[in-house]
Amino acid sequence: MAAVMPAPAESRLLMSGNDAVSRAVWEAGVRVAAAYPGTPATEMLEVISTYPDIYAEWSVNEKVSLEVAFGAAMAGSRAFCAMKHVGMNVASDALMTMTLTGVSGGLVIAIADDVGLSSSQNEQDSRYWGRFAHVPVLEPADSQEAHDFTLAAFDLSERFQVPVIVRMTTRICHVKGLVVVGERHEKPVAGFVKDVGRWVMVPGAAGRRLPLMFERENRLRAEAEVSALNVVENGSDRRVGFVTSGPAYMHVRESFPDAPVLKLGFSCPVPFELVRKFAAQCDRLVVVEEVEPLIETELKAQGISVSGKDILPRSGELSPNVLKPAVAGLLGEVLPEVAKVKPMQVFPRPPTMCVACPHLGVYYTLAQMRNVTISGDIGCYTLGFGQPWNALDACISMGASMGMALGLDKGRADSEKDKKVVAVIGDSTFLHMGMQGLLDIVYNRGNVTVLLLDNRAVGMTGGQSNPGTGRGIHGEEAPRVDFASLVKALGVREERVHVVDPYELPTLFKTLRQETKIAEPSVIITNQPCVLVEHYHARKPFKVIDDKCTGCGNCVDVGCPAIHVTRRDKVIKPSGKEVERSFVRIESPACTGCGLCLQPCAPDAIVPVEVLAMPIHVVKKG
Amino acid sequence: MSEITNILVVGTGGQGVMTATEILAEAAIAFGHDVKKTEVAGMAQRGGVVSSHLRFGPKVLSPQITPGTADVLLGFEAAEGMRWRHMLRPDGLALMNTGRLVPPVVDIGLYDYPDDPVAEVRAAGTRVFSFDASAIANELGDIRLGNTVMLGAISDHLPFSADVLEQCILKRFARKKPELIELNRRAFAAGRAAAARAAQTEAV
Repeated sequence: MAAVMPAPAESRLLMSGNDAVSRAVWEAGVRVAAAYPGTPATEMLEVISTYPDIYAEWSVNEKVSLEVAFGAAMAGSRAFCAMKHVGMNVASDALMTMTLTGVSGGLVIAIADDVGLSSSQNEQDSRYWGRFAHVPVLEPADSQEAHDFTLAAFDLSERFQVPVIVRMTTRICHVKGLVVVGERHEKPVAGFVKDVGRWVMVPGAAGRRLPLMFERENRLRAEAEVSALNVVENGSDRRVGFVTSGPAYMHVRESFPDAPVLKLGFSCPVPFELVRKFAAQCDRLVVVEEVEPLIETELKAQGISVSGKDILPRSGELSPNVLKPAVAGLLGEVLPEVAKVKPMQVFPRPPTMCVACPHLGVYYTLAQMRNVTISGDIGCYTLGFGQPWNALDACISMGASMGMALGLDKGRADSEKDKKVVAVIGDSTFLHMGMQGLLDIVYNRGNVTVLLLDNRAVGMTGGQSNPGTGRGIHGEEAPRVDFASLVKALGVREERVHVVDPYELPTLFKTLRQETKIAEPSVIITNQPCVLVEHYHARKPFKVIDDKCTGCGNCVDVGCPAIHVTRRDKVIKPSGKEVERSFVRIESPACTGCGLCLQPCAPDAIVPVEVLAMPIHVVKKG
Repeated sequence: MSEITNILVVGTGGQGVMTATEILAEAAIAFGHDVKKTEVAGMAQRGGVVSSHLRFGPKVLSPQITPGTADVLLGFEAAEGMRWRHMLRPDGLALMNTGRLVPPVVDIGLYDYPDDPVAEVRAAGTRVFSFDASAIANELGDIRLGNTVMLGAISDHLPFSADVLEQCILKRFARKKPELIELNRRAFAAGRAAAARAAQTEAV
């Protein structure tokens, strides 16, 4: 995206938390921002890339993005890095040592926790990193705070020379609210100051920095005690006082308008004295936090008596209808009976792959294979586990398809000697963390067939660019990695590397069958783009000739959402076998003519939509 | 909390639910309200369930609508309207598109699509105004006009004037695609008329 003129200061804008952080990053005078896409964090770098005066990049993974931001902060620039919760697992190796060196320019890391797992493989509480790495954690509760706390985080980072975590959740990232914005302030850049005792973390130097880190943590706790980000709101109903952080504050305030509340915006290190003073004005304390009982546990260790996860759920999002009955129960109150309306029973509507998605051909083919274990990875193609394909057997983390496949191969049971192991991974995931796994497969002589689905986009998060797309974050031309050369360089033999069009089912099937028979690593690269990216070209749509459709249902197995079953029945074949038939139609306006469904159609009932039946437009070629 | 209006907009990924809610939010802001808008839209682009919450009033705290407290449910797809009925308060109003989007799990025979979602919601005791917004959009020449039709339908059931909402829609197109202003004006009017007709039918 190209840079646009930012809205003037003092504007009151409808912004998501991600928008608001991005605006604050620009206002803070940040010069370098880096991220790898991941829901719900993705929009931060997308939006930052539209602001002028900031170098923004999609990095290959979160660890690299944090190292880029850290490098910029070493050079004295203000720097920013954003990631989803699991991204910090990848980046944490860098974090755990940069906490020893500290930073020169302000470094702020926004971590977005997918509380409630709307689009993630697990639910983690990133506030642990604050404790683990001894760095401060700020927790905004809405878009305005996301903006203001990001600015405060840069100030804190420079005053204490420490990376600062802004802990977001899905409800902060994607909730839109009104935000009053400010101006950009350019910060002078000091430049890199050579200091091996600080920047070169060999054991001796690192050991000398440990006490400094703990001393810094004490000063940070003292700062949290007086920080304007921590607010006591007095209340008339003192039976329960609430200690709360992040979006949970809004639910507390809405549920208990008259209760005293200590809102911890600067929640790590926890300001114990402030909590003690607050506790004195309430009969009892309840800690309301998403997700883990972190503040709660630390307060209990200080001898401060609190309730928390003993009455509140340990996972998922909080809300007023969760809080009210829990607190009423604690007080021994009975809430007025509200007739609970049960949701009506409706079929589930799981996410599907898109019409004409190139992955459809891959999973249709994989579904035909027998005696195979399919090691999967993170992306749209994870959906291959579902109906109608049932063609993905495992998925845990970015790039794990490679290592898991090798382990499945090496750890196979005696009874599974002939079982084939296939790994499926997307282009961006491969570049993120899959390359090392493939190298491991090659080096350790694994018997794995890798399907590298190169659709030239980070599809799941909305088609961002990566080193395989040939485009940079602004859509500009960028060096493009050659996957075939790359996997050969990793040691896969040239004869074992194939580039295949995933819409050509016979070729795909033949290649897959051939490679799974050969007991050495092979890589099959599919080469058709994501249908949601700009350079995808739709072709002429298809339709079904009703009279010709025999109801075999082969096309339904492709799994394209444009194919609908119009009628279902059962017939007895001459052999006496009962067969279910599914007669279909194609939703032609949605069809983009990929032709996948044609290939398994036995009676040739699928034909192009008659062009002559449409109004004729004469188009002059210029 | 009666000062807060709760609008729940539901449908499937790709129908424009989130954009429609954003326009409703802009209209509420234009009317001077504080606003919060939030979605549950996990992997929505992949045809999954989308429910978008809009709350506005003098000061909005929690962004989520508590089940049983939505004032209006705007259902972009028939079964999705049914799925979220429990979010409405007992005297709330459901504005339902009768247009259907059948998911693959139904096509492959794992689940059934309800015979008549509108009738089921009505039978459960909810006031429903229903109309075929998808057909109206198709008649106007583009299924993508569906969300403007739906916004037209809700425009007379908001605590501010329909004109404010219409202006917000047209302003958006004036910025991005001025050639579509007239078409959207017609879609808005058609949706508004459809809801009014449905209201009359309901009253009979």
